[in-house]
Amino acid sequence: MSALQLRLTKPLHNLGRYILLLSKAFTSLGEFSLYRKNLFDQMVKIGIESIPIIALAAAFSGAVTTVQTAYQLVSPFIPKSIIGSIVAPSMILELGAVVTGFILAGRVGARIAAELGTMRVTEQIDALEAMGLNSIGYLIVPRVLAGIFMFPVLYIVACFVGIGGGMLVADFSGYLTLNEFVAGAREFFKPFDPVFGLIKSTVFGFAITSVSCYMGYFTSGGAEGVGKATTQATVMSCVYILFADLILALLLL
Amino acid sequence: MIKVRNLYKSFEGKAILQDVSLDIQEGETIAIIGRSGSGKSVLMKHLIGLLTPDKGQVIVDGIDINDVPYKELREVRREFGVLFQGGALFDSMDAFENVAFPLRTFTNKSEKEVAEEVEKCLEVVSLPDVGPKKPAELSGGMQKRVALARAIALRPRYIIYDEPTSGLDPETSNTIDELIKGLADQLNVTSIVVTHDMHSVLSIADRAAFIHDTRLHWTGTIDDLHASDDEVLCGFVKANEYQIGKPAATAATESISEPLP
Repeated sequence: MSALQLRLTKPLHNLGRYILLLSKAFTSLGEFSLYRKNLFDQMVKIGIESIPIIALAAAFSGAVTTVQTAYQLVSPFIPKSIIGSIVAPSMILELGAVVTGFILAGRVGARIAAELGTMRVTEQIDALEAMGLNSIGYLIVPRVLAGIFMFPVLYIVACFVGIGGGMLVADFSGYLTLNEFVAGAREFFKPFDPVFGLIKSTVFGFAITSVSCYMGYFTSGGAEGVGKATTQATVMSCVYILFADLILALLLL
Repeated sequence: MIKVRNLYKSFEGKAILQDVSLDIQEGETIAIIGRSGSGKSVLMKHLIGLLTPDKGQVIVDGIDINDVPYKELREVRREFGVLFQGGALFDSMDAFENVAFPLRTFTNKSEKEVAEEVEKCLEVVSLPDVGPKKPAELSGGMQKRVALARAIALRPRYIIYDEPTSGLDPETSNTIDELIKGLADQLNVTSIVVTHDMHSVLSIADRAAFIHDTRLHWTGTIDDLHASDDEVLCGFVKANEYQIGKPAATAATESISEPLP
């Protein structure tokens, strides 16, 4: 195969390898004892340890959305409670999941790719395999499952903190009272909105962790390769988030 | 017994191994030698199924390891202990946990039994006190010895050593050579040593297999190696003698006379 052919077929080759990796991970799901301990470790690392940064980002997103909405509403004929009607659904439908996704693409995606990439180039993954251990089941399954389980939890945290941040800023800056904000938020609340957000965050959790695991697991080329895998994991995770966001909105809304 | 039959492997169109056939007998110590980049480590990785050949077979104890389900391949791999070139210790664990890892994963031993076993393995490699240290706190030679302790924890029938002395000073290299020889004698394991260090080869091996220009160029006993007039092989051996600064055979004799720790 010529160099040009190799270059042209590389995306397909990567996609095939990604699907094969996921299918191997799926068939390893039954070996729970293999990844039980790692699963709880990863749930703490991916989920619990991300709460402070997610809460911070969500609080500021909610606050800024409130200020900007108030800034744009200049007509006296529009009730102030509309600010709550805009901020709350924005957090629940879009910002809660997407802000969480982008932050975790950097925080979690980069960490997973760097960790697995270093294990690959220092032959630690080969050592696991050589021992007779299923390295995909041991390393990848717990990370992807932890992403699927913990991203919705982080999404819920982001929604509560984001809406809370918006409410506090609205109240402190005198745009509207807490009661007005809540009334506005409840007026246009649709029960499907948080369900949509939960679905979205689950998909993002899967996309970020699986892509980052793929990049890290197949790293080659020493320290430079690890750096490249880490960057690619973050970039690809962000791209997947954008596509998944649009596709889910088109399909479910 | 391990049989390699007509093995071919290439990466991105470049042939790395061609038509390699080799028998590794039970209980022997065989050195796979050749220049850096000659495909020794690639051959080593085929022996435990870490790489799949383009053509050919690797048969371990009658099982074609490339023709069995993954679960069965993992069973076969448990017969092996592998010492990787850089040690490949898990850097998230300390030395004790590294050696305990295969015992905790593959046996039903209690924590007390695991601790006793780890202690024994660390004593075999003369590092009884490094248990609480992380790999980053250990020197290169110590890392390899801890990795060797981990490799022997499950009492494997085959031990593969990938460049066990590369990057080590001559004294530490001798210690590693002595360990390899001692383990082969004490545990009666089959040892496969991938190296370009002729000093090691002459110290520890019963037989050598020389890979040159993608093919298995020469195989024979160490006596055959001394007597060989093969030009390529002699060139390789002589280059090594020059490197270690004295005739390899002399150096080997000296190292063998050292007692095991």
